[in-house]
Order: sequence, then structure tokens, then C-alpha cells
Amino acid sequence: MGTFHDDKGDLHGITVVVETTGTEIYIGRCDIDNPGEIVLLDADVFDHGNDEQKKAEYLQKALKVGFWKKHTRIGLPKVTVRSVTRLGSLG
Amino acid sequence: MKYDPMMIEPMRQELNLVGAEQLTTAEKLETFLSDNTGTVLMFVNSVCGCAAGSARPGLTQSMQSEVRPDKVGSVFAGQDVEATAALRGRFPDYPPSSPCIALFKNGEVVHFVPRHMIEGREAAQVSDDLVTAYQQHCGS
Repeated sequence: MGTFHDDKGDLHGITVVVETTGTEIYIGRCDIDNPGEIVLLDADVFDHGNDEQKKAEYLQKALKVGFWKKHTRIGLPKVTVRSVTRLGSLG
Repeated sequence: MKYDPMMIEPMRQELNLVGAEQLTTAEKLETFLSDNTGTVLMFVNSVCGCAAGSARPGLTQSMQSEVRPDKVGSVFAGQDVEATAALRGRFPDYPPSSPCIALFKNGEVVHFVPRHMIEGREAAQVSDDLVTAYQQHCGS
């Protein structure tokens, strides 16, 4: 179910989990998703330090209650992005 | 900057059809929730098309259930600013999102649907989730 902002990608307006090639995970409302970058609004960031349990606990809590905004707007170059997943699909 | 009231009026009226009370001020909100008895569904309305577009019809469908909350109230995020803040103050452990839905029982939140659990879902799915919560928490 998309929106009428056809130029911003299918994920525009959707809350996504962005796993990076490092140890940080971002969760936020996708504004722009294009081959060069993904831009999130009202985003949280969490550094799991390669601890899979910490990462799972963080995602589980975010799925259940949501997440606290740390960045009003943040752009992530796609070369640093490992995966993009809808938060709601983790349940 | 607040929205044009004319623009969001249809989004309010959609909820009025199921008897939702529009709580446009913090005072109205506090009065509405002051009883702290029974079950109350609170809907944080939003202009967001990709979530509120299914949340409102999902809520209205759910109210066809035989078991349902005693009353329904709504605040409009970005418009009823003080009322929305007052409502969010009643569930401080839940980060702000809109739209979202909270079911209160005797003053406590017993079921919460954040925005990300509405996005991309059909109204029927939102309704099913709410009806399950009604069956668990509402009625005798």
C-alpha cells in the first residue's frame, strides 16, 4: 500500500529497519529510497556491537512499543546499508 | 503549523460515525478519561495516508463487533496539540507515533497499536486485531 508520492519509492511513509554494514541499526519512517541513499525521518539508532541478543532485544521492543526519535532526518548512503525491512513485518 | 481544519474535518467525521468523541483540548481529554472505569478506546488520528487510511476504516469496522469498548475518543495529531500531548502523557512508555490506538481498561493501557503495526495493512486486518483485543479486555 503506497502513497501518492511516486517519486520517493515504495517505502515512502513506511517505518523501516535499516541494518548497516557496521554495528548500527536505524529505525525510522522512510522518506526517500533510491539507488544512492535512504532517508529516514524521526529515526532512532542503536549500536548492537555485534551482540545478536542485544540486537534481537532492541528490535523486539521496537516492534512492541515503537522507538524514540534521535534524528529528525538522516540520510544513509546505500553503500553502508546491508538491508531494509519493514518494522511491522518483524512480528 | 496546524492543518487547515476544513481539510481534516472529513477525517474526524469518519470517526464520528462510530460515536467517537473529538477531544480537541487537553481539558476535554482529561474530562473524558477522568472516570478511570470501564474500557475506552483512544485513537490518535493523522493525515498520514499510508497508515491512517486503513486505521480509520479498521476502527469503524471493529466497532461492529458485539463486544466493544464502552466509549471511543479521538485526538488529532498535529492539530489538537495539547490534547494529544495530554493523551500521550497517559502512556509515557510508548514513544509517540500517529496514527496509533490505545485501549484503556480502568485507566490502564491494556492494548496498544503503534503506527508501524498499521502501515501496509488492510482495514480488515486492523479491525481483526482490535476485535481480538475487545474480546480479551471488554465486556463482562
